[in-house]
Amino acid sequence: MEIVHVYTKLRSEFGRQCLLSDRPAELLVDVPPDPSLALQFTQKTPRDQAAQACRDMSEHQVNTERFESESCGINHVEGGWPKDVNPLEMEQTIRFRKKVEKDESYINSIQQLGGVSDHCIGQNNSVDIYPEYFEDEEEVEEIQEPASAKTINVFRDPNEVKRTVTGLSWHPDGGRKLAAAYSCLEFQRTSKDTSLDSYIWDIENPNRPEMALKPASPLICLDYNPKDSHTLVGGCYNGQIAYWDTRRGSQPVEFSSVEQSHRDPVYKIIWLQSKTGTDAFSASTDGQVLWWDVRRLSEPTERLVLDPSREGNLDRALGAISLEFESTMPTKFMVGTEQGVVVSCNRKAKTPAEKIVCTYDGHHGPVYALQRNPFFPKNFLTVGDWTARIWSEDIKESSIMWTRYQMSYLTDACWSPVRPSVFFTVKMDGMLDVWDILFKQNDPTLSLKVCDEALYSLRVQDNGRLVACGSQQGGATLLEICSGLSTLQKNEKSLLAAMFERETKREKILEARQREIRLKERSRSEQSRDEDGGRDDGDDSPDQLIARAEKDFYSVVETELRRRRDQEDQTNRMPSQQLLLRNQEVQPKPWDQNRDQNQNQEQPELPHDKQEQDGEQLVYK
Amino acid sequence: MLTDAHCCFQAEVEETLKRIQGQKGVQGIIIVNSEGIPIKTTLDNSSTVQYAGLIHQLVMKARSTIRNIDPQNDLTFLRVRSKKNEIMIAPDKDYFLIVIQNPSD
Repeated sequence: MEIVHVYTKLRSEFGRQCLLSDRPAELLVDVPPDPSLALQFTQKTPRDQAAQACRDMSEHQVNTERFESESCGINHVEGGWPKDVNPLEMEQTIRFRKKVEKDESYINSIQQLGGVSDHCIGQNNSVDIYPEYFEDEEEVEEIQEPASAKTINVFRDPNEVKRTVTGLSWHPDGGRKLAAAYSCLEFQRTSKDTSLDSYIWDIENPNRPEMALKPASPLICLDYNPKDSHTLVGGCYNGQIAYWDTRRGSQPVEFSSVEQSHRDPVYKIIWLQSKTGTDAFSASTDGQVLWWDVRRLSEPTERLVLDPSREGNLDRALGAISLEFESTMPTKFMVGTEQGVVVSCNRKAKTPAEKIVCTYDGHHGPVYALQRNPFFPKNFLTVGDWTARIWSEDIKESSIMWTRYQMSYLTDACWSPVRPSVFFTVKMDGMLDVWDILFKQNDPTLSLKVCDEALYSLRVQDNGRLVACGSQQGGATLLEICSGLSTLQKNEKSLLAAMFERETKREKILEARQREIRLKERSRSEQSRDEDGGRDDGDDSPDQLIARAEKDFYSVVETELRRRRDQEDQTNRMPSQQLLLRNQEVQPKPWDQNRDQNQNQEQPELPHDKQEQDGEQLVYK
Repeated sequence: MLTDAHCCFQAEVEETLKRIQGQKGVQGIIIVNSEGIPIKTTLDNSSTVQYAGLIHQLVMKARSTIRNIDPQNDLTFLRVRSKKNEIMIAPDKDYFLIVIQNPSD
């Protein structure tokens, strides 16, 4: 149906003014409703439809690639001079200036501005805007906030093929830079494309490393010289030692000769205290500890073979995995080995045989980290297999304190340089644990999941607040620890000293008891040998030993499972006494009679364990 | 005559600047014109040029900021306090006066 209305106007009438007049309404079109059409539609009420007369649009989100920005400054060059004045010519500029000074508006404005500036300068001089009002007020007691740590930055390996961060070292002056050693420690996993570089990062800039170090073979460990912050020394995968000076570029200044270096990857290298400040020593799994003077890396100045039988026999040497050196005790150093033994050595001994003073056997696997407590050098921390152990130098039989067996392998640990009772450990499941042994001994005070892959290295900065840990995929994470864990608490040193003393004393008593038992066993076995003529009583056959070991193992696993189930039911229930759980919750009170009583109660249980060890010892004789 | 008047006015300007320079803690004064050319200065040339160029841009930015927020408003004084000293800038229509002071606290 077409609705049409026609307008007509005579040409001659164009332009004429409009004369409007009233007219009655006229129906032009009437469209009645057609019910037959309604059959094609269905009633739908209410109807809610929004209509908008606009173009169809769709929304997408796109994440752009990381934008790398660099900031640099621009040098201002004189400009703004009028065309006829040459800014380089003194005469012309002086003339121009003099001309301006004669200008009236100049004079007026300067007089006015001078008054204003005067007022403000006077303000600065008269009132001390930031006075110290409450200087004498005593320090408020710090509220114990829950321990926390937060990630500040992650420095990722810029190469395609990611390598593990195996070594970390903080810059000695203030710690604004972090040197990280990258290498792939898995046997024969490195491809030809894997980069050999290690990097020095500025902690403010995680986008790009500040400097690259280019050795001939990947670096496993590196160390900044504490005396000279420009020099670094690093140990390579092929056993060589390399020496860098950051002022001289990325290439090493000198390399040690291949024949005179280690035969296995150098796992640890540390600078020594010396008058010249150029001495370092390194350790490797080939069983040697070598001393170097970095001015002449062609051959080591001294050599030590870690042979426990003190004969210097390389075949029987223990492979070294970690080194420890405390600058307050320059003549002693300690080596942690692959066999789980910590060897304490004296540098100043005359003969190589006397160099090895004593050994501490405690771990089932390689001792990955070894460090003396910076406040109590007689006590040191070792990490290996699934535990972290604290030792006292005097007790050689066992560690004085240890953590319970963790769920995954511990790979590195270090003490906090500001709090004597705090140490950090990293594990293969990517967790960083902060242990405060004055606060809680059974569990870490703070447990953080840093990343999904295994963590291999850990270093705390000298201020105790920043911690860097390196992972398997080449990511070095920088974390900041809360102030509660990085500021020295009241009485902390004395409390910790008391704790160490207590534990040492306990171990001494246990050692003495164990010796007594062994003597008794020996005398008993001798007696029975006389009686029976030749039958060894103390000997257990290997099968019986295996059966006993199996039984112990299963009982331990069962108690652990039970404990976990109990913990799930009741979160507050204390774990039941297990064979492995020996440390009690610490209350900082002095050594008193109650302790001795507890000691006596514990004793009947322990000989069972020690007896097993005795049995083994007798067999292997 | 005009030159005489100018001379005595100029002397007044000199006196003003000397007075400011003599205040406690003042390290230097620079007078810059609207094009960024330093007219008078008590500092050495390289610092002057640097200050003139950078502060000129800062004043322009500050002024435009104030004006954008409220067109009726205008910048009368700008103080930049830093760790080592304080830079005070008094802007005018054609010139501005920069005073660098070491506040006495």
